[in-house]
Amino acid sequence: MNFLRFAVRRLLEMAVTLLGASFVVFGAMYLAPGNPASFLLGGRSASPAALEAIEKQYHLDDPFIVQYWRWLGNIAHGDFGRSLEYRTDVSDLLSSRLPTTLLLVGMALVIVVALGLALGWLSAVRGGAVDSGILVGTTFAVGTPSFVAAILLQGFFAVELGWFPSSGSGSGDGLGAMLWHLTLPAIALALYLVGLLARVTRSAMLEALEGEHVTVARSRGVPERHIISRHVFRNALGAVLTTAGLIVSTLMVCTVLVESAFSVGGIGQLLELASTTKDFPTVQAICLIIIGLFMTVNLIVDLLLPLVDPRIKLGTRAAS
Amino acid sequence: MTTLDIRGLRLRLPGAARPVLDGVDLSVDASETVALVGESGSGKSLTSRTVLRLLPKGAATEGRVEVAGDDVLTMNAKQLRKLRTQTAAMVFQDPRAAINPLRRIGDFLTESARLNKLMTAAEADTRAVELLDAVGLSADLMRRYPGQLSGGMLQRVMIAAALMGDPRLLLADEPTTALDVTSQAEVVTLLADLRERFGTGLLFVTHDLGLAAAISDRVYVMYAGRIVETGPSESIFARPRHPYTRALLASTPSLDTPQGRLTAIDGQPPDLRQELHGCPFAPRCPLATEVCTTEAPQSTSAPGEPAHTAACHHADRLAREAADV
Repeated sequence: MNFLRFAVRRLLEMAVTLLGASFVVFGAMYLAPGNPASFLLGGRSASPAALEAIEKQYHLDDPFIVQYWRWLGNIAHGDFGRSLEYRTDVSDLLSSRLPTTLLLVGMALVIVVALGLALGWLSAVRGGAVDSGILVGTTFAVGTPSFVAAILLQGFFAVELGWFPSSGSGSGDGLGAMLWHLTLPAIALALYLVGLLARVTRSAMLEALEGEHVTVARSRGVPERHIISRHVFRNALGAVLTTAGLIVSTLMVCTVLVESAFSVGGIGQLLELASTTKDFPTVQAICLIIIGLFMTVNLIVDLLLPLVDPRIKLGTRAAS
Repeated sequence: MTTLDIRGLRLRLPGAARPVLDGVDLSVDASETVALVGESGSGKSLTSRTVLRLLPKGAATEGRVEVAGDDVLTMNAKQLRKLRTQTAAMVFQDPRAAINPLRRIGDFLTESARLNKLMTAAEADTRAVELLDAVGLSADLMRRYPGQLSGGMLQRVMIAAALMGDPRLLLADEPTTALDVTSQAEVVTLLADLRERFGTGLLFVTHDLGLAAAISDRVYVMYAGRIVETGPSESIFARPRHPYTRALLASTPSLDTPQGRLTAIDGQPPDLRQELHGCPFAPRCPLATEVCTTEAPQSTSAPGEPAHTAACHHADRLAREAADV
C-alpha cells in the first residue's frame, strides 16, 4: 500500500473515531450527577420561570441529540462554547493555557526520551552493578505516582533549597522564566515514564543482543560500539516507538495532577477546576483535545513504524 | 605455512564436568577443503567458532589455534579485529538469523570494511557488487532488505560478505542445513568454485558425512569434543577405522544402495555433566569390550596410510571386517 493512501485512510479512520469519542465525551457529562442549570444558579433557589429562562438561554431544554449536534457543529467552526464558570469563550480559555501545558509536556517528553533511552541503554550494555542500580532506580520511579513526586520535589528543591519556584508557570515573564518555573513540574511528570521507558528499552536491547546477527557482526570485526548502535539499539527501536502513544497519553493525564500540585495555569489545572465546578463545555473541549492528541501521536507512530522496521507493512503492527 | 593449525585445543565451560572440546588437533592448508563432521553437540561448531574466538561466556581454553601463523587465543583486540576482517571469515548456518533484517543487503556486505576504515564507502560498494556477481546475484540487491530475499539467496549474500576482506580461511558452519535441497547443492558448488578461484582454505562443518566426503580433501570426525577419526576423504569413506564413522555412514541415505534400511545409532551422545572414562563412544558401540570403558584409546595410523588415523582400540578389527564385506 502506498504511503499517501495509507495516511489518508488513517486520517479518515481518525475522524470517525474522534466523532465517536466526541459522542461519549458529550454524553458522559450528562450521565454525571448534577446539572448545569443548578450550577449556574450557584445553589440559589430559583423560580420555575427563571429556571426555564436559563435552560432556554443555554439550550438545555432541547433533546439530547439536538444539543449534541449543535455542539458538534460549533466545534467544527472552532467554537467550543462559553465556559459556565469563567463566563468567557472556552477557546479563549484554552488558547491562553494550552502553550503552558504543551511546554510542560514537551519538557517532560524530552526528559523521558533522553533519560529513559540512556538509562535503558546503559542498563542493557553495561550489566552488573550499573544494571542493578538502574533497575532499583526505575522501580522507584515506576512506583511513584506523579503527584507524590510533585510534593517531594516541591518540598525539597523549592521549599528546602529554594532552587526553583514552588508554584506558578512564570508565563508572562518570558520563556526563561517559564522554563525555570516548569522544571520541577516537568521532572515530576517525567519520573514514572523515565522508569517505564528505561525498562522497555533495556528489555528490547537485551533481546536484540541475543540475536545471531549480533554474533555475526562480531565475527566480522565490526567494532562493539557500532554493534550496539547499529544492531542492538536499532533493532530495539521498534518496541520503543510503540510505547510513544502510551507515553504521550500518560503525560496528558498526569499533567492534570502535576499542574494542580504546582498551580501551573495550563489546561490540566483547568480540567481539574472545570470538572469540580461542572463547567461542561470546558471539560468537553479539553477531553477532545487530549483524545485528538493521543490519536495524532498513534497515527505518527503507525506511519513511522515501517521506516523503523522494513518487515512491517503499512497498516499492520506485526512483522511479516 | 598452514592456513589453520589447531593443536591440543581444550575448552571448558562453567557447569560442565568435562571439557567440551578435549584435545582437538586439526589443520587446513591453503586452498584445501577440510570437512569437520559430527552430530549435534559434538563440538564441531564450537571448534569452528573458536577459530574466530567467538567463545561462549566463561569459556576457558588451552592449546593453540593458529591462523596464518598467529595464535588466535592470545591475540589482543587489534590483532583479533585484523583476523576477523582480513584473515578468516565465517559463513553461518541460518542466513535469515545471521543478517540483521532491519538493514539493507548493501549495508550488511560493506559495514565491516567501512567501519574499520579498510575501504571507503565507494570502494566497499564496488567490491560488494563484484562479489554479488561472483556468487551469482545482481547488483540491485544492494538496496533490498533481507526479508525480500529467499534463504538460498541470503546464504549467497552471506558468502559474498565473508569474501569481502579476501580471507585466507573460510569457515562454513553447516552452511546448507537451513536451506532446501536445491539451494543446498548450489551453495556447495558455489563454495567449491570460490575456494578454487580465491585460493582460500575452507573448513566445512557439517553433520552430513556423505556431503563431507563428496566435497572435501580430508575429513575430521568428531565425537564428544574429540577427533575420533581423520584422513583423506576417500579412505575414510571406503575404509572407516572408527565404529562411530561406520555408524554415521550407515545412517546416511545413499543413492547407490537404495534397498537397505537406514540404521540409526542407538543411545545419546554423552552428557556434559558427566565425566568420561575410556572411549566416549563405548556405551553406544557394538564392538565395545572391557578395555574401551577403562582406557581412552590413542590415535593410531592405518597400516600404510599415516594420514588416516583413528582413536579406537578395535580400529584394525573394524578395517578387516570392512575388507571382508
